[in-house]
Amino acid sequence: MHLDHSLDGPAAVSADAHRPDGSHRALRIGLGGPVGSGKTATVAALCRALRDELSLAVVTNDIYTREDAEFLLREAVLPPERITAVETGACPHTAIRDDISANLEAVEDLEDEVGPLDLILVESGGDNLTATFSRGLVDAQIFVIDVAGGDDIPRKGGPGVTTADLLVVNKTDLAPYVGSDLARMAADAKAQRAQLPVVFQSLRTEPGVRDVASWVRAQLAAWTA
Amino acid sequence: MSRAALLVLADGRFPAGGHAHSGGAEAAVKAGRVTGGASLESFCRGRLHTTGRVSAALAAAAVLGVDPAELDAAADARTPSPALRVAARKLGRQLMRAARATWPSEELDALAREFPKGAHQPVVLGLAARAAGLGALDAAYCAAYESVSGPASATVRLLSLDPFDATGALARLAPELDRVADQAVEAARMVVDEGVDALPAASAPLLEISAEVHAAWPVRLFAS
Repeated sequence: MHLDHSLDGPAAVSADAHRPDGSHRALRIGLGGPVGSGKTATVAALCRALRDELSLAVVTNDIYTREDAEFLLREAVLPPERITAVETGACPHTAIRDDISANLEAVEDLEDEVGPLDLILVESGGDNLTATFSRGLVDAQIFVIDVAGGDDIPRKGGPGVTTADLLVVNKTDLAPYVGSDLARMAADAKAQRAQLPVVFQSLRTEPGVRDVASWVRAQLAAWTA
Repeated sequence: MSRAALLVLADGRFPAGGHAHSGGAEAAVKAGRVTGGASLESFCRGRLHTTGRVSAALAAAAVLGVDPAELDAAADARTPSPALRVAARKLGRQLMRAARATWPSEELDALAREFPKGAHQPVVLGLAARAAGLGALDAAYCAAYESVSGPASATVRLLSLDPFDATGALARLAPELDRVADQAVEAARMVVDEGVDALPAASAPLLEISAEVHAAWPVRLFAS
């Protein structure tokens, strides 16, 4: 009787793996990282790589505009009804960590309106090195930094670099121009993260987002297993 | 009844979505009506005696067991701006989620079934207070305080205002807040006997109009 009741009406706590109707909900992957590191570009590339094999949606957390959502719409990486923007009141980290209610509504509404979905990407607003996603909102998180932001960022560590399920070091094509030492970044990241994976990528050259897309597929396989 | 539960519910860090809303402060700052500590205090005083007063009475009436659907309709009637109605329901939905997780209750579950996209926030606040074992006066205090604490913390971010000035403004409003909460409970008791028409209907036309303007801005920090 209690089981029946729990399936009646909206779920109260949304880390639950099942939706109110008892079906398995979509995997949620968060993408965080500093301003300008390439989060939106990575989301766009992931959508292009995965949209033919998966049912996808995206939630963006713009800080003061709808630019990230509008970029994804303009690039036509997904139909507009699969992209939702959440407003964060000047505090992007609050909306993904301390008070996740608006983001939970966005992911639930997407599942209700365009579902069933396999995967929802939740993109944080550009923030600082301490911004991480709550486990109540996402099942796994990717932290995106770039070589132009300084090759000492992996050494500095912080919750994003150290604990994210995947660290992406983006814009490797720029390394020679900004004097960033990729080998040093890789060694520092390894020291900070032990066994957690790191991907170095350039979206301007082949193979682009391939490695991150493979990691996402593996997460999804584990989620649906 | 636990007094400590009131602190949990009234805490600005209670995860119910309030951080993304300025209570009209963003529009007032842009229009030059709030420029510092003194004008913030005036703005909050105005909001306390209008929006705050109505919200406090709605919340108190919900605690006293008045039908939430009737209260929600009464809140609609007292909120001319569609943008503010949308914001109130969004916040109500977010509070509903947080309250159901924090103080599980049959009444909150029933409300969530009846209003899956959210009821007006003060109505949900009243039922959350009830679920937490709090009384009508507690809920009225919560609603009245939220009506001024939201704009105050938003203004700190919008103007880079000295946070001590903003907190000082809130402290100076405390005696008026006491009176608003007391009057809200009196009104709520009348609602029990006479129906929702006994609720106060104090309106702030400038808040309603500027909320509509704000909702159309392409670039803004806060959702309302």
